[in-house]
Amino acid sequence: MNVPADLFYTEEHEWVRLEGEVAVVGITDYAQHELGDVVYVELPQVGDHVTQSEPFGVVESVKAASDLFAPVSGEVIEINAALEDAPELVNNDPYGQGWMIKVRPSNWEAERANLLDAEAYRRLIEQE
Amino acid sequence: MPNTYGFVPREPLIFEHSVPGRRGVELPPLDVPEAELPPEEYLRDELPLPEVSETDVVRHFTRLSQLNFAVDIGFYPLGSCTMKYNPKVNDAIANLAGFLHLHPYQDETTVQGILRLMYELQAWLGEIAGLPAVTLQPSAGAHGELTGVLIIHAYHTSKGRRRHVILVPDSAHGTNPATVAMVGYRTVSIPTGADGNMDLDALKAALNEDVAGLMITNPSTLGLFEEHILEVAEAIHSVDGLIYMDGANMNAMVGVAKPGDLGMDILHYNLHKTFSVPHGGGGPGAGATAVRADLARFLPVPVVAKEGDRYYLDYDRPESIGRVRAFYGNVNNMVRGYVYMRMLGREGLEDMSRTAVLNANYIRVQLQDLYDLPYDRICKHEVVFSGKRQAKKGVRTLDIAKRLIDFGIHPPTIYFPLIVEEALMIEPTETESKATLDHFIAVMRRIAEEAEIDPDTVRSAPHVTPVRRLDEARAARRPVLRWTPEGAS
Repeated sequence: MNVPADLFYTEEHEWVRLEGEVAVVGITDYAQHELGDVVYVELPQVGDHVTQSEPFGVVESVKAASDLFAPVSGEVIEINAALEDAPELVNNDPYGQGWMIKVRPSNWEAERANLLDAEAYRRLIEQE
Repeated sequence: MPNTYGFVPREPLIFEHSVPGRRGVELPPLDVPEAELPPEEYLRDELPLPEVSETDVVRHFTRLSQLNFAVDIGFYPLGSCTMKYNPKVNDAIANLAGFLHLHPYQDETTVQGILRLMYELQAWLGEIAGLPAVTLQPSAGAHGELTGVLIIHAYHTSKGRRRHVILVPDSAHGTNPATVAMVGYRTVSIPTGADGNMDLDALKAALNEDVAGLMITNPSTLGLFEEHILEVAEAIHSVDGLIYMDGANMNAMVGVAKPGDLGMDILHYNLHKTFSVPHGGGGPGAGATAVRADLARFLPVPVVAKEGDRYYLDYDRPESIGRVRAFYGNVNNMVRGYVYMRMLGREGLEDMSRTAVLNANYIRVQLQDLYDLPYDRICKHEVVFSGKRQAKKGVRTLDIAKRLIDFGIHPPTIYFPLIVEEALMIEPTETESKATLDHFIAVMRRIAEEAEIDPDTVRSAPHVTPVRRLDEARAARRPVLRWTPEGAS
């Protein structure tokens, strides 16, 4: 299972990557594998505010619909509109083209402590 | 040439049966003056309707109906849905002219019979629940939930307070948190412990004066009786919260245990599960809801009441949450549930539940060596296995479900409850013979063996249906909702 070393993770299987002032958010390779074929992704709107550990959207697969939990708080500055027509990007490239939202973090320094690093996340999915 | 022979044809679409010039009716010669056509711009050049004969139409739709699967055709162990056999006598009685042609605006004096039936049904459902006050209005289970949680809200409002939280265990039906949101509460999820019961410590930690109540399913969706139900009830009542019991699984309890005696305050029934009203394919259901005597004042209006020998619709209930549905509910399905209860009687109903539980446990014991049991204890009317062991061989629960179709068995509920990996939720119901259960067990054992030695056969199932494995991801991502003739865009 692919767990890139440079990302932070949540226990609910989202990842976040800090690119300068912007946090990019998606779901992990493990999550897409467990969900099976993703058929729909419901995302917030640009300008919405998301809160760490609170739902910001829904991912629906042939198996189940699951909430997406925000790894960071902040304002949504971009959403991946490509997922509307091609939700399979989440399966094919979860850390790349399958990204979901970009957030301007409002409290990154404090919230980072609540996230897992790659090693801790890998341990988590090995237990499951 | 398409295979339209044999008993399980791949039936073409009605458009594909079309032959230019073929028709179903012949119009008589014109014997009235010709009317003028509407203006040109309203007319179209083409009307691409199928050109078919009456025989084509009748055979097409009859063949489609034969492709259906129903409890009248085969074993249907769809967990949490209680797909029990629907006795034909229910329909015979419900279709008596006196029931069938009733009109909701009829004067009460002309509908004393149906009012009596509803009154008695209320009383029986109240007796079985141990919660004496009953409304028959809700259309189905989730509507009963909504009614129940609105009553929780009315209860707290009557005490002059606002609360914001409803506790829901993580094994709950998805409709429970949805109901909570509909009423404007917030859900706090309570985890399930290793023994399959609600985690009592987590429940107690979540309790405070902002908790309006708890929604609980008992037996839970794991098919397990909540062993600490009395402690759960005591904890919720200690903050003056109310307990709503989701009665989807009442088929395990009728005549054996009364939810009211267990400390439950509100319960919905699914007459279309427990009391044999047909369902599947969208209903209609019937979601009667029972409450504690002191909550009766909040029930929706009207309630069927009796004064002397006269039955009437009681609208004089100032604290009622109001109507939850037009008219009085799905009345014809109340007749079906009523007939079922009368046919079985008190002892028969208890027997029903005991047999349903026995059947599920028989399957559990016969399959537990081949399929993982995440919670290994005596179950109630349904048993939840995990297909984890098979998944390691590359055969997922979805594949097992599809393979069952090859043996004439409707797949069980899969991937629910969500807390069980690769879940297979099997509810045989009391109406199946031991021979049917043995057939199911033999098939499940065979599939487990196939998963070991011939996984491709399972992965590519079903093999004997007119349509093979569907691409569910593509069907959801790029649904084709409209037939277009070849060559057209």
